[in-house]
Amino acid sequence: MKNKQIRNTAIAGIGILGALTLTAGCGKADTSSGGGSGDKVVLAEPSWVGAQANAAVVKKLLEDELDVKVEAKQMDEPVAFDALNSGKASAILEDWHGVPKKEKKYVDEKKTVVSGGDLGVVGHIGWFVPKYYADKHPDIKNWKNLNKYAKDFRTSESGDKGHFIGAAPSYSQHDKELIKNLKLDYKHIPSGAEAAQLKEIQRLYDAKKPFLTYWWEPQWMNNKIDMVEIELPKYTPGCEEPAAKAKCGYETNQLEKFLNADFAKENSDAAKFIKKFKWTTKDQNEVAGNIAGKKMKPEDAAEKWIKANKSTWEKWMPKK
Amino acid sequence: MSTPTISEKGERAPGASTPQQPDNRPEKQVPPSRLAVLARDPRVLALVFAVLVVLVSAAVGGSGVWPSGWTVDIKTPLNDLDNWLVDNREKSPIFLYFLLHISNAAESSVDGIVSLFDAMGWVGVTLVGTLVGWAAGGSDISRRALRTGGTTLGVFIACGVLNMWAATMETLALMTVAVFASAVLGLLLGLGAGLSDRFERMLRPVFDTMQVMPAFAYLLPLLLMFGVGVPSALIATVIYAAPPMARLTSLGLRSADPAALEASASLGASSWQRLWTARLPLARKQMMLGLNQAIMMCLSMVVLASLIGSEGLGDEIYQALGSLDVGTALTAGVAVVLIAVLLDRTTAAAGERLDATVTVGATRLMTRVRRAVWGLVVVLIGLFAAIGSAIAEREWPDAWTVDLTRPLQDAVDWLTATIGHGVPLVGGTEVWAKGFTVYVLNPLRSGLETTPWWALALLVGVIGWIVGTWRAALTAVICLCLIGVMGLWELSMDTFSQVIAGLVVTVAIGIVLGILAARIERVERMLRPVLDTMQTMPQFVYLIPVIALVGLSRSAGIIAAVIYACPAVIRITAQGLRYVDPAAMEAARSLGATSKQQLFGVQLPLARKSLLVGVNQGVVLVLSMVVIAGLIGGGALGYDVVRGLSKGDLSLGLPAGIAIVCLGIMLDRISQPAGGRPRE
Repeated sequence: MKNKQIRNTAIAGIGILGALTLTAGCGKADTSSGGGSGDKVVLAEPSWVGAQANAAVVKKLLEDELDVKVEAKQMDEPVAFDALNSGKASAILEDWHGVPKKEKKYVDEKKTVVSGGDLGVVGHIGWFVPKYYADKHPDIKNWKNLNKYAKDFRTSESGDKGHFIGAAPSYSQHDKELIKNLKLDYKHIPSGAEAAQLKEIQRLYDAKKPFLTYWWEPQWMNNKIDMVEIELPKYTPGCEEPAAKAKCGYETNQLEKFLNADFAKENSDAAKFIKKFKWTTKDQNEVAGNIAGKKMKPEDAAEKWIKANKSTWEKWMPKK
Repeated sequence: MSTPTISEKGERAPGASTPQQPDNRPEKQVPPSRLAVLARDPRVLALVFAVLVVLVSAAVGGSGVWPSGWTVDIKTPLNDLDNWLVDNREKSPIFLYFLLHISNAAESSVDGIVSLFDAMGWVGVTLVGTLVGWAAGGSDISRRALRTGGTTLGVFIACGVLNMWAATMETLALMTVAVFASAVLGLLLGLGAGLSDRFERMLRPVFDTMQVMPAFAYLLPLLLMFGVGVPSALIATVIYAAPPMARLTSLGLRSADPAALEASASLGASSWQRLWTARLPLARKQMMLGLNQAIMMCLSMVVLASLIGSEGLGDEIYQALGSLDVGTALTAGVAVVLIAVLLDRTTAAAGERLDATVTVGATRLMTRVRRAVWGLVVVLIGLFAAIGSAIAEREWPDAWTVDLTRPLQDAVDWLTATIGHGVPLVGGTEVWAKGFTVYVLNPLRSGLETTPWWALALLVGVIGWIVGTWRAALTAVICLCLIGVMGLWELSMDTFSQVIAGLVVTVAIGIVLGILAARIERVERMLRPVLDTMQTMPQFVYLIPVIALVGLSRSAGIIAAVIYACPAVIRITAQGLRYVDPAAMEAARSLGATSKQQLFGVQLPLARKSLLVGVNQGVVLVLSMVVIAGLIGGGALGYDVVRGLSKGDLSLGLPAGIAIVCLGIMLDRISQPAGGRPRE
């Protein structure tokens, strides 16, 4: 009896194995196409909502107007650059120049990744406090006065120093060094993830408590909360390098698109379209706000914007 | 020696309280003259001496940092490795002839299954799935078979109604391949370990490392080798899920009834025949349990893998959190829990059935029916793959979905706002967390940071020697020194303080609830579904609500760790108490012991071993949350691992991951009593 059972199990196992290899065999054909071929475009989609907005609009337009299959894959900048290099992704639509080493290696040295031009959105990073606090203490707007108010920002995490809410790990930042080099009486406490930082800011904002944070534009939450920027020492090219000696604020950044070199070279309609894709901070915030603030699905938010802005996106279409 | 020793010790050592007290506690039931004996026990003396050294040196020294001259630079070689991998990914023969094949096979099998599900359409998948569930339960009209089939049907429908169909199918495809691969790998390793003692000794530390190493830390090297997407995710999952399968297979082979083996040998069976006809069939139940465990671990990894570009429910959760959409994340989380229920029930039923047929034996007719049902499954898969899309839409129809995301979001918002702050009298979670940080975490951390490294190593060594063996003590001390050598002493002490605090809370809650569950039937029944959910709900889902409760802080991370680690401790405690020798309980009762006396005098002392196992599990689970805590303000080692992964920086993430493993092995050794490893 036992023998028989074992035999049955073995037969069943072989059956499943067979089915697996069969399906694997079928699947092989369509996976070999990486980002290089024109029939399927893979967009690297970093985790923030603005990037989701870019990807949603591009995806919708490519699929509806040019009949190209698009897949948006979740990956942050550093991972996305590796994927662009290997051809696993065709394009990243919003790059904050957060991985200069990889950019140098892939774009300048290996030439496997090429620039796709500006996105049109201007990225700006800085230190911010909520407006209700700045209204009460107007002179906080200059970094030189930050130490005067440090005690207002104390929390149980920061001890006897002020609490500085740092950014998510993959974002461009040199706050920790800046605090040290400017001799500020603050403790840099990193966030770990953007979602965590947003939630913390939302919580403190709702409770009308003072806080000091790394913050940026474009960012959908800016439509819901009012923040005031702290003036940091002026940015000059190269002043933040090496980070250990940084004594300046952040560069105002033209956000850039990057393409896989083969994908760009093929110059398919999709590649032409992505190279031409260029919109404004306002446009992006509108779509992102609909996704995050109003909890719309990305494709619905994209559709809404596409319907209202035909004249803008018609310019991105490749000429027939 | 007693359960709370390590935990309370850690908490008290820095503060100047009486440290040997917790050690005395279990001894209290014995006659008082024992105290004098105790004072002469060299082990107690050693412990008192070590604690004194720690206290004095911490008070005098002021800073306990590992000397910077004694560190070894590991960043440079790791950076070189990183560069080499990037440069050679397309050229090196290791990649061309080995790794790329693995990667392609992984990718194409997952893609194949996704397109198979796609072709079958939702009707086909639901139907075949239900049939498989029914067949796993025994393909008859017994309650077990019907219940398993019904569960499967219910889960598929629920995932459809929740509007998670497409994501569920992607996750299920990834799961199928991951479970298959980790079962095969686990089986092979388990066979080796079960048959050869030397192989088992070699594998044990490997398994320990595989399970304690935070998944984030090895996602990164995999990412460098295999690139973004399915292959890395799949391999990470297999690494994580194979050990329980291997461990249980080996256990099953080793614990096979000696009489049966003897009989088989005396009948002249060769060792191969014996393995094939006696040992393997006898180990089937444990192997099934191992498969069940492997499935659960696969599921938790499949969600994490969304961080490196694999799709499915994990991706839904991660995306939703980016826009603070807890409602959607929770809905996707519910779908994950449902899949867990589905796979757990199906494998459990299959295991039970196998067990039943082993003891009772199956009739020839039943065997034929079962074979026919499996045949039907294969035929149906083929049929639906061909015509499925013609019958119905590929995906679950939109009209039949219910949007739960809004109500869920509102409920969570309401809850966090209500208990977050301003609760009369008790203050609310924000205030508690603040108190916890100021009065527990901060002193603990500064205590650990001011204790000189050699004093701490001495204490760890002594505890290890008392609790386990000198070998355990040596391992623990080596782990501690390794942390120092890597130059991560300060960060590790920060993490260590969080782990100790989390562990104390976990063990306290776990033991109290465990006692309640063991003694009151209704509590147990009420707790069971809650515990199931706590264990299978992806940790990402409650990260955002936790921030709403206590803010971005170390406390948030600790809450997440407690939620994750508590169920195991509760379960093990309850089980241990319930299995206390009934005769002893009966005797206590007949002597007129009150319920309290029964608990403290009989049940708890007798269940000490399983309580210790509970603590040991708590250590492993709390540690596995350290990285997740890094995502929500926990800082320290967890943050470095997260940063390493998201920056793609091997030299940052990997050492931090190794330091976490070192902490884990150290804690494991000093919480593991001598005489066998009861983990299985």
